[in-house]
Amino acid sequence: MSPPRPARENSTRPSVTRLSRVVEGLPPSGIRAFFDLVMSMEDVISLGVGEPDFVTPWRIREASIFAIEKGYTSYTSNRGMPELLREISAWLARHYDLHYDPFKHIIVTVGVSEGMDLVMRAIINPGDEVIVPEPAYVSYVPTVVLAGGIAVPLPTWDAPGFKITPDALEQRITPRTRAIVINYPANPTGTSYSRAELEALAAVIRAHDLLLISDEVYDMLSYDAPHVPMATLPGMHERTVYFNGFSKAYAMTGYRLGYACGPEPIIAAMIKIHQYTMLCAPIVSQMAAIEALRNGMPDVREMVAEYNRRRRVIVHALNQAGLRCHMPEGAFYAFPSLAATGMDGAAFATQLLQEERVAVVPGTAFGPGGARFIRMAYAASMDNILEAARRITRFVARHAPQAVSPSAPVSS
Amino acid sequence: MDELLQILARDARTPVADLATMTGRTEDDVRAAIAAYEHQRTILRYRAVLNPEHIAAADGKVRAWIEVNITPQRGLGFDAIAERIYKFPEVKSCYLLSGGYDLLLLVECDSLRDVGAFVAEKLATQENVTRTATHFLLKIYKQDDDILHSSESTQRLPVSP
Repeated sequence: MSPPRPARENSTRPSVTRLSRVVEGLPPSGIRAFFDLVMSMEDVISLGVGEPDFVTPWRIREASIFAIEKGYTSYTSNRGMPELLREISAWLARHYDLHYDPFKHIIVTVGVSEGMDLVMRAIINPGDEVIVPEPAYVSYVPTVVLAGGIAVPLPTWDAPGFKITPDALEQRITPRTRAIVINYPANPTGTSYSRAELEALAAVIRAHDLLLISDEVYDMLSYDAPHVPMATLPGMHERTVYFNGFSKAYAMTGYRLGYACGPEPIIAAMIKIHQYTMLCAPIVSQMAAIEALRNGMPDVREMVAEYNRRRRVIVHALNQAGLRCHMPEGAFYAFPSLAATGMDGAAFATQLLQEERVAVVPGTAFGPGGARFIRMAYAASMDNILEAARRITRFVARHAPQAVSPSAPVSS
Repeated sequence: MDELLQILARDARTPVADLATMTGRTEDDVRAAIAAYEHQRTILRYRAVLNPEHIAAADGKVRAWIEVNITPQRGLGFDAIAERIYKFPEVKSCYLLSGGYDLLLLVECDSLRDVGAFVAEKLATQENVTRTATHFLLKIYKQDDDILHSSESTQRLPVSP
């Protein structure tokens, strides 16, 4: 037995509970404190939820039950069940003319979240930089940092529609840049990109020989134009790791299932980490996903049509209330600016919750530049959205009457 | 189906302003479209969807599905005899189906006895009716998309990334 090692001098903790300095340095999730406050209150209309309000379509739940009844309770191959891998490959080919070999280029993961962690660990060497556009989904920066990389923020807070421009991207690239993360349609802004806009970004990525980490989990929730995967653009297939999953389109968040597709060496490296840390994604979830890909599309279409109606209602209401909000192209989030009110996102969210019992997420959860924004998820029933809109209109009229447009009806 | 009709079919009380926002059309356009649908009888009427369990408990009515076999008439097919049958106010719905019988009726009466009387006196005695089979309604699980005893509830956390 080796003797116990002495505690590090710079640590104030007793040695047994001493933590990794990397983990200690990670800020806690910006949502946590607010979550506790919401939980302490009753009768709150929550627009703070980053998941569908629909329960998983019955045919998918029924397939899960059947799988359990038939004894599907074991491990699967690390990469994923062959049947599911083939379905994913066929689905991508059918929908996007995007081609991946099921047994070389695809890995099934426990949500896109696990896949994101895997890819960062697979590609980052100490000191490598990964460009993360902000506002960003909460897990990109921490997964880069945990993998020993440096997350380089690319702020888009003031850009039209929160879009990354080729110039802004170019400015963040250094000799240490290893990859760029892009997420579209985006959480928290709902922003997406046209083919022309993607082509312009792809040109920069190709010119600098970067890897693209493309989180397209909201692809089916595109309202104005068909979604274009980056990997379908010329010269991008071989430099893109494409992420998608079942949580959003099929309302399967609790199943925890996603997948990644990309160059064989990267996927092989991801599988190496996955086999030691996760072994495989849950088999019941994989069986459910097979049903989703085969027969889930009518359910998806119905949900998307409903999200689209809610999107128009909430954006219209926010602009009427005096909160400037761009029309998001996808996902189920509106990301209004509070500039006209002069209020800060955290204060706005807290007071709105206390006075009107509507929960939204302060923009700072998605990056340090987010103080002037809030995220409102319209994954809530139309009745709740309409009622929340009335309450927000009332709230803004009370706190920032100068923000309200003269034509806006203010209900009491 | 026009998105306008989809929304109205689910909630006929949706205000025109909301319909316009939801569908990305102008209010005038929505009003004109609804008027046209009403005129051409695409929209037949607007009514409340009542919980049949509550109504049955309150009015004690008896509901039955009745299969009816009929001999179609030369030159008229099933339509003439169907009309003679569906005009009785007890008949709430009447469908012509393929399969082992021809007409399927949903009948509503004050009592079991009244259903029996309707079948014996009005229905079975029709010249072209060759057979009837009456099925009394015991319980409704789901009707027109509404699940009546739903125990499903959302497990979502109120705030998540």
